[in-house]
Amino acid sequence: MSTKHSEAASRFIANKEQETWHNETLWFVREKRDRMAMGIPEWEKLRELSSQIKMHTVSHLDKYVEQFASNAEANGVIVHWAKDAQEHNEIVCKILKDKEAKKLVKSKSMLTEECHLNDYLIERGIDVVESDLGERILQLKNEPPSHIVLPAIHLKRQQVGELFEEKLHTEEGNSDPTYLTRAARQHLRNEFLTADAGMTGCNFGVAETGDVVVCTNEGNADMGTSLPKVHIVSMGIEKIIPNHKSLAVYTRLLARSATGQPVTSYTSHFRKPRKGCEMHIVLVDNGRTDILGDKDHIQTLKCIRCGACMNTCPVYRRSGGYSYTYFIPGPIGINLGMLKSEDKYSDNVSACSLCYSCNNVCPAKIDLVDQIYRWRQDLDSIGKADPMKKMMSSGLNMLFLRPKLYRTALKFAPIVNNMPRFMLYNGLNEWGKGRELPTFAKESFTSMWKKGKVQNKK
Amino acid sequence: MKVGLFIPCYVNTIYPEVGVASYKLLTSLGVEVDYPIDQTCCGQPMANAGFEDKAIPLAKHFEEIFDKYDYVVAPSASCAAFVKENYPRLLEKEDHLCQTSGKIHDICEFIHDVLKIDRLPSRFPHKVSVHNSCHGVRELHLSSASELNIPRYSKIKDLLSLVDGIEIFEPQNVDECCGFGGMFSIEETAVSVCMGQDKLKNHIATGAEFITGADSSCLMHMQGVVNREKLPIKFIHVVQILAAGL
Repeated sequence: MSTKHSEAASRFIANKEQETWHNETLWFVREKRDRMAMGIPEWEKLRELSSQIKMHTVSHLDKYVEQFASNAEANGVIVHWAKDAQEHNEIVCKILKDKEAKKLVKSKSMLTEECHLNDYLIERGIDVVESDLGERILQLKNEPPSHIVLPAIHLKRQQVGELFEEKLHTEEGNSDPTYLTRAARQHLRNEFLTADAGMTGCNFGVAETGDVVVCTNEGNADMGTSLPKVHIVSMGIEKIIPNHKSLAVYTRLLARSATGQPVTSYTSHFRKPRKGCEMHIVLVDNGRTDILGDKDHIQTLKCIRCGACMNTCPVYRRSGGYSYTYFIPGPIGINLGMLKSEDKYSDNVSACSLCYSCNNVCPAKIDLVDQIYRWRQDLDSIGKADPMKKMMSSGLNMLFLRPKLYRTALKFAPIVNNMPRFMLYNGLNEWGKGRELPTFAKESFTSMWKKGKVQNKK
Repeated sequence: MKVGLFIPCYVNTIYPEVGVASYKLLTSLGVEVDYPIDQTCCGQPMANAGFEDKAIPLAKHFEEIFDKYDYVVAPSASCAAFVKENYPRLLEKEDHLCQTSGKIHDICEFIHDVLKIDRLPSRFPHKVSVHNSCHGVRELHLSSASELNIPRYSKIKDLLSLVDGIEIFEPQNVDECCGFGGMFSIEETAVSVCMGQDKLKNHIATGAEFITGADSSCLMHMQGVVNREKLPIKFIHVVQILAAGL
């Protein structure tokens, strides 16, 4: 009984030192988040408000998207509409080609990961440079992010030191974080100065003004949009919120939930192009409007991509981002993957013990666990249910629906206690990998009750 | 007040002493307790594994058996939570208005919230580490979940503190999952065992002799790891402590 996730998780855990370090590092972030959350008396009210604002917005998304786009256009921004990843990539590529841009410097964007933009542009002769430090490290390593906010969290500084030695010619054996960050900074400075266009994601699009709000800690989005003459914003339509008043709710929740900071170092508002420059916004659907009509999963559209569900998830922390088959891991990734393709990404649905912790940390109160539970109910009908689990469920059902048979089974259960070890602990016994089987009592409660043994103990 | 005692399947066959302690404790508190003999399982194992439809006939069976009582009480937070949270929706598919969902209580919750006891004659002169199970905490609200900014409380600690001689501890990462999760434990074996090991490390670090909790299923999973690795800690259900000396 296994899934691609459980197999990859097992490999991750086999390196105990790495697993422990990964688990503890992310738990540390969860604890930082807790301290921030506990410091705000109205925290739970904020979460509720955030949930309601997002539900309201996605329920009236047509109205807000139009309002956002027309305000942005009135500000002098060129707005593009992309129905899917392909269109998104084509639009971005065309903007760059029209401007004869050779180099694009990017700040962090999970949407461009979703669309596989980098590969698309590189294949068409454009030099793409990630400027978020974590993303840059991964680009140099040619690896995808393993976490949506802390993309290189699976790497240790020694590994980064070795990578920089090779790619940026830093001192041999020096993995001092300050030294490495300075080296990356110097190297990126040159990229910023020579880029022809800058691209950012978007944390929030404010409908009432057409503003794009980008939250970063490194100021890289600001560098990337202040030097080149073209700024392209890639944003999913669910990023839109009604107004600045609601923005205030999210800027209070985002960094606290994500990294346990009161606020990100930079919260940049982009309203219009700089003088003599161009600003483009590419509004992307890529399956989002399909989710609008799905009452079981519409709440995923409330996600503000803070990653708090990953940091608290006991399974994510012990299995790492790469153990999931969808590019977004953890509880939200399990759900978004299934929404993208049930057929392709059903292997992640096993990665949940139904502990409900993610529901409690989510700053938009998404019913993450309930959705995972619901996906499990769908697996059988799409032919993805584990045959062993199905057989066990049917077997148990047969037993539990026949009280007399159940009582007989209770009577004979203790036989298992005395079975030879090789019959109990073999490849078929998943429980026995790492655990001893429980011992059945000599007499079940039911049997004791029938004989009056329980009642006599009064 | 007539209480129907629900003894979940695995408690019935592996931990009958938990059922006996539940009966003793409830009757000592003046409650009339009956054990309907035809009961089996609430259906949670199948539902969590993705076969919720198989739980529907079990829900109907459960409803028929327990409908006649004022309360249904179970020494298992997770099973009680399953009935409470899922039965109304499952039985709605059968056009049946669920009754037991509003009647079921985990035994600790029942004693704390319904009977509201403030003294117990029990004595348990030992150090215990409280295991706050996920469904107990985040579905039944037996204690304040660590993620939420709400006033801190613990119904289990409240009850245990009525016991003479006891010393109560809680592990670090106070309500992190132990990794049982029903069929999760055999589908994601490596993660499940790893979570169990980590949880045990935190429990053992308290210096407690016993791990106690409202969910025997978590205890069963952790006991499996303890027995395999010969770790120095024992297990006891909360009701066994509350009933100690009766």
